[in-house]
Amino acid sequence: MGSLFYLRVMMQDIETLESELLGEIGNAKDLDALEAVRISAVGKKGRLSLMMRGLGQMAPEERQAVAPKLNGLKQTVLDAIDAAKSDLNRAAMEARLASERVDISLPVRPEMQGRIHPISQVTDEITEIFADMGFTIAEGPDIEDDFHNFTALNIPPEHPARQMHDTFYLPEKADGTRQLLRTHTSPVQIRTMQNIEPPHRIVVPGRTFRCDSDQTHTPMFNQIEGLVIDKTSHMGHLKGVLKEFCRAFFEVDDVEMRFRPSYFPFTEPSAEMDIRCTFAGDHIKIGEGDDWMEILGCGMVNPKVLAHCGLDPNEYQGFAWGMGIDRIAMLKYGIPDLRAFFDSDLRWLKHYGFVPLDIPTLGGGLSR
Amino acid sequence: MKFTVSWLREHLEFDASLDALSEKLTAIGLEVEEITDRAKELEAFRVCHVIKAEQHPDADRLRVCQVDTGTEVVQVVCGAPNARTGMKAVFAPSGVYVPGTDLLLKPSKIRGVESNGMLVSEREMGISDEHNGIIDMPEDAEIGASFAVLAGLDDPIVEIAITPNHQDALGVYGIARDLAAAGFGTLKPLNTAAVEGVFDSPIGIELKFSGEKPLPCSKFLGRYVRGVKNGPSPKWLQDRLTSIGLRPISTLVDITNFFTFDLGRPLHVFDADKLSGNIQPRMAKAGETLLALDGDEYTLSAEDCVIADDAAPQGIGGIIGGELSGCTDETVNVFIEAALFDPIRIATTGRTLGVESDARYRFERGVDPDFVETGMEMATRMVMELCGGEPSHVVSDGTGPDWKKQVTLRKARVQELGGVEVAETEMVAILDRLGFNPQDKGETIVTDVPSWRMDVDGEADLVEEVLRIVGYDHIPTVPLPALSAVAKPSVNLGQRRVRIAKRALAARGMIEAVTYSFLPRAHAELFGGVNEDIVLSNPISSDLDVMRPSLLPNLVAAAGRNQSRGFHDICLFEVAGEYHSDQPDGQRTVAAGIRTGQTGGRHWAGAGRAFDVFDAKADVLDLLEAVGGPASTAQVVTGAPEWYHPGRSGVIQLGPKNRLAVFGELHPAVLEAMKVKGPIMAFELYLDAVPLPKGERKTAKSPLQVSDYQAVERDFAFLMDQDVPAEKILRAARGADKKLIADATIFDIYEGDKVEAGKKSVALSVRLEPQDKTLTDEEIDAVSAKVVMNVEKTSGGTLRR
Repeated sequence: MGSLFYLRVMMQDIETLESELLGEIGNAKDLDALEAVRISAVGKKGRLSLMMRGLGQMAPEERQAVAPKLNGLKQTVLDAIDAAKSDLNRAAMEARLASERVDISLPVRPEMQGRIHPISQVTDEITEIFADMGFTIAEGPDIEDDFHNFTALNIPPEHPARQMHDTFYLPEKADGTRQLLRTHTSPVQIRTMQNIEPPHRIVVPGRTFRCDSDQTHTPMFNQIEGLVIDKTSHMGHLKGVLKEFCRAFFEVDDVEMRFRPSYFPFTEPSAEMDIRCTFAGDHIKIGEGDDWMEILGCGMVNPKVLAHCGLDPNEYQGFAWGMGIDRIAMLKYGIPDLRAFFDSDLRWLKHYGFVPLDIPTLGGGLSR
Repeated sequence: MKFTVSWLREHLEFDASLDALSEKLTAIGLEVEEITDRAKELEAFRVCHVIKAEQHPDADRLRVCQVDTGTEVVQVVCGAPNARTGMKAVFAPSGVYVPGTDLLLKPSKIRGVESNGMLVSEREMGISDEHNGIIDMPEDAEIGASFAVLAGLDDPIVEIAITPNHQDALGVYGIARDLAAAGFGTLKPLNTAAVEGVFDSPIGIELKFSGEKPLPCSKFLGRYVRGVKNGPSPKWLQDRLTSIGLRPISTLVDITNFFTFDLGRPLHVFDADKLSGNIQPRMAKAGETLLALDGDEYTLSAEDCVIADDAAPQGIGGIIGGELSGCTDETVNVFIEAALFDPIRIATTGRTLGVESDARYRFERGVDPDFVETGMEMATRMVMELCGGEPSHVVSDGTGPDWKKQVTLRKARVQELGGVEVAETEMVAILDRLGFNPQDKGETIVTDVPSWRMDVDGEADLVEEVLRIVGYDHIPTVPLPALSAVAKPSVNLGQRRVRIAKRALAARGMIEAVTYSFLPRAHAELFGGVNEDIVLSNPISSDLDVMRPSLLPNLVAAAGRNQSRGFHDICLFEVAGEYHSDQPDGQRTVAAGIRTGQTGGRHWAGAGRAFDVFDAKADVLDLLEAVGGPASTAQVVTGAPEWYHPGRSGVIQLGPKNRLAVFGELHPAVLEAMKVKGPIMAFELYLDAVPLPKGERKTAKSPLQVSDYQAVERDFAFLMDQDVPAEKILRAARGADKKLIADATIFDIYEGDKVEAGKKSVALSVRLEPQDKTLTDEEIDAVSAKVVMNVEKTSGGTLRR
């Protein structure tokens, strides 16, 4: 009977302890408090641990009755602690996240943003197109001599372009000659034909200079020209090349073109090329419309020029064209003032410049 | 060159529309720049009948008119004093733009009375300054008829651009001739019949040149006409001149101007009574002066050709006549000049003296050498018709240039060069219509170049002649045959570097500028000095006269301009040429950049950092790496050019003679001289100096070698003299065991009161990466000892223990 009573008391104690511990677990405010409860329950000297240690002294039949209870309680307590722990962890995380909130509308740290100048960008666009048609880039010096800039290009000494009005000259030398700043990129045609065996397919971008400065002229500007020399290329090919160029450059399906007879000393026959366009306010739509826009000058290389370069005009022939990079950049990107190209105003450069990874390719698209 | 359609019709019969004319002109190389069609602009202004004009109830000066426009009757309030019942006037309906007032007409109420449209004055129509009343049309004017047509304003003005090879189109007749050759209309013949002279000219001609070649004046014809009566020219002649913007002066002067524009044949008419003795075209004596018809006095040189009498120059040959022998209303006897001048001398003299004239414009492009006699006859006839008088026989000297030439065209060349098939008969026909007198010789066509097409001197010119008449639009567009299915690279390695350099610098946050290749002398002097060989003789302005010896000064100046606009954080670069001589090899391609200000302005996350010399060093090393240069092996030494701060600048080189780049803070004195705020960090990388890969092109990279064994880092601190370069210490440390030591870095430098004066403490970290086994403590100690020994030896310092 005594043992039966003891057993009943035991059972009651276990129940009391269970409600005590669950209450304490529920009240634990943080992980430390929860840990204290755990130690006071199942630590070395914990209340539950002490009771379990008492099992050893019990009679087997008592032990059989109490042990499952105690084990059950232990499991219940540990589960409750785990559950409370994850509740507390979740609450702590939420509290932390709440405290870590930032105003994401704040501006980012300033970074210097680089830009590519429109002249470089458009040069890359143009050369990319001609590269696809088998052209390579040729370049030459900015300071030229009279032969390469004029004589070889069939511009005789009395030609107005040779006068001080148009050409920048360097000081006269003892032998009476004087160097000059090239007035066009055409001297590179001459250097190419003189130094390299034909056939040729080159495009020549570069700086050019003329004594001119007003609203629409700057003393330095940029040109690009092309030259094809072989035994068969004719004006039909010239038209073909320029049509492909216009289509690709202006990124339209078709461009209506007009070739007008014109005059350049270094080509014969010579032509100027216009393309269709529409002016709508300050915006120009290229490729269609009622107006014509002059784009470039071109023609078959004058036999006299071929002869100056040591090529037999009866064997070799070809064509050339030239245009202003600055001008065509203005046209494509709606840039109003030529002079601003060379002023280096940061606001202009950031606005009209291109981000560095906007690299024009035919496969990936010339412009965004 | 301007002309009107009715003027063209004097020489060309055609039915086609104005648009067709315009298209044809452009198609044959006479590019139409502008067509002003007043009839079209003034189309809405039509004759009306004022049925009734009554006093406005509330305004003394206004009348209320009932106006019959031909289609309706409208009420118009009009303020003109001559508005009256029954008159014929000119009406502009609502919705029409009134050029003289720059207003769009709208229905309105004037002092309470409704008014629609307007009865207009000449000023309101923009055709004159007449504004005393509304236009009073004749009684018999038909209601609804176009005012422009009735007023003779329906003659469109065409302006064409003339290329230097088309001097033949500097007269209306020449334009008509070219159009007719292109199958546009029929050319009317000129009346070229000679005028019989009735006496011998009292004035003789003698060309007085002494061996100038070519002859400045190769042919001079003169004719005396006595008993003329000068005065205002007839209306038709005045109208011709005013229609293209010329001012009628007197009949004799107007005739010369008319011939200039009608036939492209400049003439001059002297008042014969103001000449003394004979006419002698000759070179001017240096210092001779001439009061010209433009009112300016010109001082001549021995290079200028003048038309003189026995006493003095009376005109600058082919350019402008003299005021003192010019015709006036009192002129009775005249001497007409028709001559030929050397184009080059005309151009030179005209340019030197700064005279622009219609005669100069034509003579310097070349006037038809076979039209001197005819021109003289036609001019004489017109003088006699309009001014009366009796002509002398023509006097002349000189034979003119030998202008006749033959040019042969191989028929096949038209297709070979032009890419278009043209029938042989058509080639012959075109050349014939153009006046080339073609002779078909089978494979070739032999032509006589007409006197008015002196520009034609080769086969290619004839190809152009045929093609422009056939029409460039008939040339089929043909793709250029591809050289390979996939295009080959268009750039070589050097050109590729330029592109990469730009993108690499932009990717580092720098902005590309393009600045002029020239700069002020003062700036060149700050950046290496002025080479007098590359100073422009004729700069656009005196401060843009030297070819730049460096890209930096223009970038610094650009920074200054931006500073004055209120921007202080500036990172600019340019990749372009700098110039050291006037020869091709004196130009080198440089990538240069500057940084000034801070990495960023004031900001909630903390202020930016001021740029320092290590930003420039980072820029240039990164750039060198980007363009494939030896960034990790190049030496960094002192000795940058004088425009850099001597203590904060460096040179990147492969050896003393192979400088790849310089960088540093710019010298404060340079910035002071340029009045730009500093400090400015800068670099210049000589792209041409960066060696290109040698030997065969290889795309394979060297194999990656990484070790799986534990890497070890050891730190050391040394005390050494302040001026020992870090580069030297690092090299010494790395050299201790090139195989084992993967890297050595400096992580601290201390100079201050905790170390001896003149000394610094340098803390190094050395990373050991064993390749084949884990290092033992003994091995680590041995390498460490070697590092210490090397660094101590090189730096003269000691390990701090």
